[in-house]
Amino acid sequence: MATLAQVELKNEVIEQPASRTPVIAVEDVHKFYNLGETKVHALRGVNLTIEPGEFVAIMGSSGSGKSTFMNMLGCLDKPSSGKYILEGTDVSSLDKKQLAAIRNRKLGFVFQGFNLLSRTTALENVELPTLYAQMEKEKRVARAKEVLELVGLGQRLDHFPSQLSGGQQQRVAIARALVNKPAILLADEPTGNLDSRTSVEIMQIFQDLNDSGLTIVLVTHEPDIAQFAKRMVVFRDGKIRHDDPVRNRPRAAEVLKNMPTVDED
Amino acid sequence: MDLLAILKIAVRALTRNKMRSLLTMLGIVIGVGAVIATVGLGQGAQQQVQNQIASMGTDMLYISAGSVNKGGIRLGGGATKTLIDDDMKAIVQQVPTVAEAAPVSGSSVQVVADNQNWSTRITGTEPQYFDIRNWAFAQGGNFTQDDVNRASNVVVLGATVQQNLFGTSDPTGQTVRIGNLPFQVVGVLQAKGQSGIGQDQDDGVFVPITTLQKKITGQDWLQSIMVSATSQDASYAAQGQITALLRDRHRIRPGQDDDFSVRNLADVAQLADESSKVMTLLLASIAGVSLIVGGIGIMNIMLVSVTERTREIGIRIAIGATESDVLRQFLSESLVLSSAGGVMGILFGVASSITITKVLGWSILISPMAVGAAVVFSMAVGIFFGFYPARKAAMLDPIEALRFE
Repeated sequence: MATLAQVELKNEVIEQPASRTPVIAVEDVHKFYNLGETKVHALRGVNLTIEPGEFVAIMGSSGSGKSTFMNMLGCLDKPSSGKYILEGTDVSSLDKKQLAAIRNRKLGFVFQGFNLLSRTTALENVELPTLYAQMEKEKRVARAKEVLELVGLGQRLDHFPSQLSGGQQQRVAIARALVNKPAILLADEPTGNLDSRTSVEIMQIFQDLNDSGLTIVLVTHEPDIAQFAKRMVVFRDGKIRHDDPVRNRPRAAEVLKNMPTVDED
Repeated sequence: MDLLAILKIAVRALTRNKMRSLLTMLGIVIGVGAVIATVGLGQGAQQQVQNQIASMGTDMLYISAGSVNKGGIRLGGGATKTLIDDDMKAIVQQVPTVAEAAPVSGSSVQVVADNQNWSTRITGTEPQYFDIRNWAFAQGGNFTQDDVNRASNVVVLGATVQQNLFGTSDPTGQTVRIGNLPFQVVGVLQAKGQSGIGQDQDDGVFVPITTLQKKITGQDWLQSIMVSATSQDASYAAQGQITALLRDRHRIRPGQDDDFSVRNLADVAQLADESSKVMTLLLASIAGVSLIVGGIGIMNIMLVSVTERTREIGIRIAIGATESDVLRQFLSESLVLSSAGGVMGILFGVASSITITKVLGWSILISPMAVGAAVVFSMAVGIFFGFYPARKAAMLDPIEALRFE
């Protein structure tokens, strides 16, 4: 199990594989929930392949199964049937500890509600995943500073989340997602709590990261936001209904220039 | 995650809710403090009993004249006239484990000095009696073997008698009257205090055995013999050897009851020691119950904390914390709570012990073992009662936890 050995690597940040294997390969995935008497069929046979360097927006109304799919991609949930292969590893065969290692090193999460630890500084929030990755103290701090600078928060290392604006908090969350150099960034409605200008700013960061080679999966129900991705996947009733490349993709940096500035900070 | 990082996170989490953490600790503080103070009290009492017994002499054997069976009527202890001076001499000569022996016979008398008088117990004995009983003189000295041989009218006073007849003045050389006879005071004993059974050991006067037998009671038998063995261990052997010797000398046939009894004070000492040990254990276990109650307090607060921080736990799991990471985090919090409570409890226990000693005058002995046991026990309480909440945290479903508001 060479792929497992890869997951177990300690203290070493896993580099993105240069091979042609897809980052994500989902084959005929079903998901059932038992809610007392009723049985909910949340995913009804989903097939999806995501290659390295892609920027996929997943859209769909609530109840379409996109959140369930996202939780599954994030290894927080397991499919009832079907296969989920992440960088060549069949995730459904892993135990809880191995899944935790996958979440820690291969996946980066960005949530709608930011989900930072309160009364914990930006730097410490970003450091957290490296702590679980058993990284050495000096390396941890250096790496956390590096990613915070990358998202433009190099001056606010010691700020608490309550001292930061929504956009800044989300950038801290992005930095936290990136700190262990994941193979894929999963963003669940990252702009849901932000105003339109800040939303585009976040999308600019995503586009820049994608340009540098990072694979991104973005869940959103705002078509404006989905526009910034390269590929749009639409869920309805637990199935993929549309899967198309985005035409005339706008650059967030260009859009920002034409947007009225909103006073913040 | 390394241990130091975990502990640091735990301390930080706890200092966020200072008041709550302090109140939770209070249960352990009181528990540990109570254990240390009560064990200290118990051991202090035990030490006191042991000192008392040591002052009586643990290598001492006490042979008293026993009951006698006369035609089916059994008379009480001390009724026989068979225990005599020759028995004592035989014991000293023939029992190798015996160091010294002194005869004892006594009665009740009125002692008069000038216009003061005092009713007390008179004991007739020989000079080595005070040596066997490990009893020193405060003033003057002992009477001599010569006094015994000549049945001289000399007397040694107990501290209580001296106080009642002479107050603070030195009575040596003075004359007291016992019955109708004048006695010269040769010495006063140092105060020994109460015996283990609450008797005032200082309320008595001591004269040569011959003087007592010839001039006061007119009896030539002994009530008892005080014997000191060569060591405390030897006292057990001496007990058997003396019994065999006296049975032989008194011509008691096998199967017949002894007409004397030999008591070993080491036995008495052991009994007293054991009873105070039981008392200490009882007190400590009552105090231990409060430690368990403190542990339940920790469990309660940790459960509240886990519920409050459900979202935090969800985040941690999502970014890669394993079950054991979460378990260790919460377990270390309860461990920090309980051991910090333990350390504060030691200070509290020691402080209250010192206060009790100063205010009530009870003697307290704080043993390092009790302190160590209290700390270990409080940590064990933290782990035991922290485990369930920590496990609950580790088992949380991250999806549910992240949705928690």
